[in-house]
Amino acid sequence: MSSTVSDTLVLARRNLKRIPRQPDLLIAYTIQPVMFVLLFVYVFGGAISTPGFDYVDFLMPGIIVQSIAFGGFVTALGLSEDVKKGLIDRFRSLPMSRGAVLAGRTFSDILLNCLSLVVLFAVGFAAGFNFIDTTAGQVILGLVLVLLMGYAFSWIFALVGLFSSSPETANSIGFTLIFPLTFASSVFVPAESMPDGLRQFAEANPFTTWSDAIRSLWLGTPANTDVWMSFVWCVVLTAIFAPLAVARYRRVTAN
Amino acid sequence: MTDDAIVVEGLEKSYGNVRALCGIDFTARPGSVLGLLGPNGAGKTTAVRILTTLLEPDAGTARVAGLDVVKDAAALRAKIGLAGQYAAIDENLTGFENLEMVGELYHMPRAQARERADELLEQFDLVDAAKRPAKTYSGGMRRRLDLAAALVYRPPVLFLDEPTTGLDPRSRLSMWETIESRTEAGSTVLLTTQYLEEADRLADRIVVIDHGNVIAEGTSDELKDRVGGERLEVVLEDPADAEAALSALAEVSDERPKLEDRTVMAPVRRRSGVIADAVLRLHGAGVGIDDITLRRPTLDDVFLALTGHRAEEEPEEQAEQPEEVAA
Repeated sequence: MSSTVSDTLVLARRNLKRIPRQPDLLIAYTIQPVMFVLLFVYVFGGAISTPGFDYVDFLMPGIIVQSIAFGGFVTALGLSEDVKKGLIDRFRSLPMSRGAVLAGRTFSDILLNCLSLVVLFAVGFAAGFNFIDTTAGQVILGLVLVLLMGYAFSWIFALVGLFSSSPETANSIGFTLIFPLTFASSVFVPAESMPDGLRQFAEANPFTTWSDAIRSLWLGTPANTDVWMSFVWCVVLTAIFAPLAVARYRRVTAN
Repeated sequence: MTDDAIVVEGLEKSYGNVRALCGIDFTARPGSVLGLLGPNGAGKTTAVRILTTLLEPDAGTARVAGLDVVKDAAALRAKIGLAGQYAAIDENLTGFENLEMVGELYHMPRAQARERADELLEQFDLVDAAKRPAKTYSGGMRRRLDLAAALVYRPPVLFLDEPTTGLDPRSRLSMWETIESRTEAGSTVLLTTQYLEEADRLADRIVVIDHGNVIAEGTSDELKDRVGGERLEVVLEDPADAEAALSALAEVSDERPKLEDRTVMAPVRRRSGVIADAVLRLHGAGVGIDDITLRRPTLDDVFLALTGHRAEEEPEEQAEQPEEVAA
């Protein structure tokens, strides 16, 4: 439907216009990932053993996965604010597409995630990151995978935002539920180094699958099933959370 | 009448155990302003949300502009405008950008949406602020922008949910003027309010609701008659003068004046000259006056008269809060 596309673009434009006017969001997109890279490379890097790799090479794929997964967080904050302020009431009373508010959010997240990627690569290269034993095609496939994963998380965060009574609630849900998941994975350290129990959890954790898939594409590590499983995870998460978020949107009203 | 702009029949809605609407009926004629009057938690916002397709009723039917709010929801959205207590504007966009966005979401071509935005900013006295982010606006300016957004598409039916709640008296007055001048163009308006004065000034007909029930309906004058119209209150210097004051005021009053403490209360229907008249009579009877006022009926008086209880102030629409958002 053409109106869905045009409505989505109108709302995506709205979301992007807001970004430079909310400096705190811009910080989330730029300074925060930079800080993470620097902390892990220079503070923890010396203490973490990644046999066969410099830590910065091991870290960058993981930290890119983590940062892009959290890129959709803006959607949770923005939507919970829209609900609280009554904007969702207005949108729902307009003759516009039912999915456009959420599609506009998730679409603008993709563009913002591209911005994050530029910043992350810039700081990564400055800290000594190198692609190893890879091709341009594999690098691009990795970027596509990361953006698809970011898109899946945008829908998860959309649902979080629509269920939160305030941006603060969205914030705490995001950081208490999803943030630890990224640590109990191979994002920052190899899963093999973890104790029994946690190791099995980390191995089943999709963040491990994504990080290892990107490592296989960018560092030439053995791929096993990680690459195609990563795409499956993206599709499955989007297929579950996008309809849930839209269903929630159709019912939600301001307090 | 089938060609009423708003027809509500037996509308019911509950949130869990809380019955927000217990089967209400009312209608609004095309081009008229209907005031839905009631305290916080009476069910006003729930009614507006059902009529603007945001909520589905549990039972009953409602038609707006001839369209069923459930079955024809999608078509109905092109015929309504909604503004209200939330001032639903994007604070990070400018006034112009807010109106342009709403126009585009009504599927107006962009050039037309921009033209309309300029026109509305002019009408709502927001030209100077048009290029500033709305977060810099005062409360009154936000409400005006919110109302302007509801009028972008010139909807035949306009819903204003407590458009002045939370505004200071001066902004309220200017909002009333704006509503009056902007709603003359033949659209039907449903206005909810907690203030009798607001309904009195803006509405052609008033429906009073309490705890999800319609408890009275009529024009402002009809309702005031049921409350007993206006009331002269005289505070006596000396309570011993009570008898003399009561008999002196009996002649200006429509009903027998009553004594509460050292205040004599006399219902009056005739407004002009009544204070001067009363002062002369009391002076003639040798009654000393500490204070004298003519009180207009308030929502509390309407409630007291209609329900026998005061319109209790429930905190923040508690009874109307859908449980699903009460995280």
